[in-house]
Amino acid sequence: MDEGRPALHAALPISRATAILRRFLYDARVRDWLAQLAVAGAIFLLLWFFVENASENMVKAGIASGFDFLWRTSGIDVPFRLFEYGPQDRNIDLLYVGIANTVLVSVLAMVFATVLGFAVGVARLSRNWLLSTFAGIYVEFVRNIPLLLFVFFWYFGVVRALPPPRASLDLGGIFFLNNRGLSIPTPEHAGPFGYVLAAFVLGFAAFLALRLWGAGRQAATGRPFPVVPAGLALVVALPGLAALAAGLSTPWNVPVLTGFNFRGGFALIPEFVALLFALVTYTAGFVAEIVRGGILAVSRGQTEAAASLGLRPGQILRLVVIPQAMRVMVPPMTSQYLNVLKNSSFGAAIAFPEIVSVFMGSALNNTGQAIEIIAIVLGIYLAVGLVVSAFMNWYNARIALVTR
Amino acid sequence: MTAVHWIRRNLFATWLDGIVTLACAALVMRYLPPILDWALVNATWNGADRTDCAAGGACWVFVRVRFGQFMYGLYPPAQTWRVDVAAALLVGFVVPLLMNSAPYKKLFGFLTLVVFPPVGVWLLLGGLGLPVVETRDWGGLMLTVFMTVYAGICAFPLGVLMALGRQSRLPVIRTLSVVFIEFWRGVPIIAVIFLASILLPLILPAGVGVDRLVRAVVGLALVIAAYMAEAIRGGLQAIPKGQAEAAAALGLGYWRATWFIVLPQALRLSLPALANEFIALLKNTTLVLVVSLFDLLGIVHAALADPKWVGLTMEAYVFAGSIFWLACFGLSRWSAGLEKRLSAATKH
Repeated sequence: MDEGRPALHAALPISRATAILRRFLYDARVRDWLAQLAVAGAIFLLLWFFVENASENMVKAGIASGFDFLWRTSGIDVPFRLFEYGPQDRNIDLLYVGIANTVLVSVLAMVFATVLGFAVGVARLSRNWLLSTFAGIYVEFVRNIPLLLFVFFWYFGVVRALPPPRASLDLGGIFFLNNRGLSIPTPEHAGPFGYVLAAFVLGFAAFLALRLWGAGRQAATGRPFPVVPAGLALVVALPGLAALAAGLSTPWNVPVLTGFNFRGGFALIPEFVALLFALVTYTAGFVAEIVRGGILAVSRGQTEAAASLGLRPGQILRLVVIPQAMRVMVPPMTSQYLNVLKNSSFGAAIAFPEIVSVFMGSALNNTGQAIEIIAIVLGIYLAVGLVVSAFMNWYNARIALVTR
Repeated sequence: MTAVHWIRRNLFATWLDGIVTLACAALVMRYLPPILDWALVNATWNGADRTDCAAGGACWVFVRVRFGQFMYGLYPPAQTWRVDVAAALLVGFVVPLLMNSAPYKKLFGFLTLVVFPPVGVWLLLGGLGLPVVETRDWGGLMLTVFMTVYAGICAFPLGVLMALGRQSRLPVIRTLSVVFIEFWRGVPIIAVIFLASILLPLILPAGVGVDRLVRAVVGLALVIAAYMAEAIRGGLQAIPKGQAEAAAALGLGYWRATWFIVLPQALRLSLPALANEFIALLKNTTLVLVVSLFDLLGIVHAALADPKWVGLTMEAYVFAGSIFWLACFGLSRWSAGLEKRLSAATKH
């Protein structure tokens, strides 16, 4: 851009060396590299300054460094875990417990928030004035209140305010909700449930094959094949039957009130129940807006054109509207799912043992190795986030509009 | 269209619609009256302590007695006028910025972004003739607003730089910006607040004490800067390349073209998205609870531990929630209105 400038000075009596230097300094490419070098250098110096200070401060405070602490006894007990763990186990086992809890609550929250959010989003578009107003109030209410307030509300205001175990809310005689959490029955043997997974895989494979065959038949003969009912039967009903069979074949460990608390089954602690409810009710408000936006983004002309081609309403929805709405919805849904993952850390505020609370809280207090622990926790979030967004990007690319 | 027509079309169009309507109406009839009874009819508004709340409804006496604390934390009551003055200045500077028709936008922008920050800190913290009030005495709504405003003001320039950096043709700058943005967007805010409160004293020279409040604001600002950068990038991408090229053709260098031509247009377009980030920031300031700072929600929550008022959970949360709701809802309405105006202006 500034290459023309030296020419203006050409008439002036300047030495050859200065002229060369000037030409060099006014070269846009040279300037670009100099600027980048300067920025990179400044950032390097800043980081170096931080590292120097940190190592000096750590020596002064007598803080150890390195990752040896991971293999030392943690001494921390955790009230909620999916596998065997005790205070005598190592810090790295504690980390696994935290990761498992974060993933469990996040995945459940994603599933339920998607279902609730879809329902609310569709309700908001309903022609029924009362229903759409309800949905609108819900969305505006939820989106403008801090998530932490939801967590506190569900934890202190609802779950902890429930009656004690003796006066539990009895849900069908097998689930019990009280101020110690939610007690659920567990099967004595997990073995038969392997068949459920097998049935699902088998059903899914059969569904894919059937879909291919159906498409081929439709192309050849024009007779459409009922893909949706067949798919539901194979992917949902088959594993469902397998689950029923497995459930009947094994005795169940149903929670029973003994003394002041429930024995048997599995107790979902109040913190888990409250965090899950908070994440679901909060996130659903955002999902609802995404769903509404996605459906509204499909222009009316698409529906009308499909109808004029003779497609039935169900087909219009399934073949024309939803595929186009998905295209709009996937990117914002990705960031909502990532938000759920990050927001599961709100559990730290009510001492739910997820990764931030067990590692950045308890383990950091015990070991004092702040830098390593912070690096591990942030690294895990970044890694899981990358995996989720990579998957969603792959899905997005699959359904994206192919323009020729 | 008569009322009967309206009802038929919007409530009872099909038999399924009718069932849904009746179910919704039943829900309202079942739950709305008890809630209203609790919050208004049977509520107690006047009194001095718990014993005055005998009506069985909400005990708003709790909020009334504690109101000063909910607003100012432990700020000395004789000095709270300083908080009020700072708040009045802020409102006076910001409201003309938000109003579509108000003139002198540049002046008020300058006042908000450059004049207010030091004046506000001076008023709240003291010194130069005012008695000093330590930040550990700050709390309540005042702390919430302080953190939101200062984190926002710190984050904004950083966010602009990062957004420009991400669009830069220089690979080093672009990579650094992408790493900054994706890093802070990828980690939970609660972890960043922990991180700032633990790491800041560690990475600065020994003896440089960093106030707890400053650490929290730095943590919030870093995260929100990354989100703001993405909001601004959206605006930058909406500006046709021709704008920058025309500026270059007129002889403007990168910085002048950016400052005079590209940024003003891009920022206007990204204002709605920026407002949404600001709402998120306002909601996320509640997380400073984990480093023992008591913002509005924190102090309301802490007041519940007082044995004199134990069990008034709902009153406390309803009060804090309605303040957050009003602020966030107001901002989001403003942002939605602006978005509508902007899209109307760009369509022609």
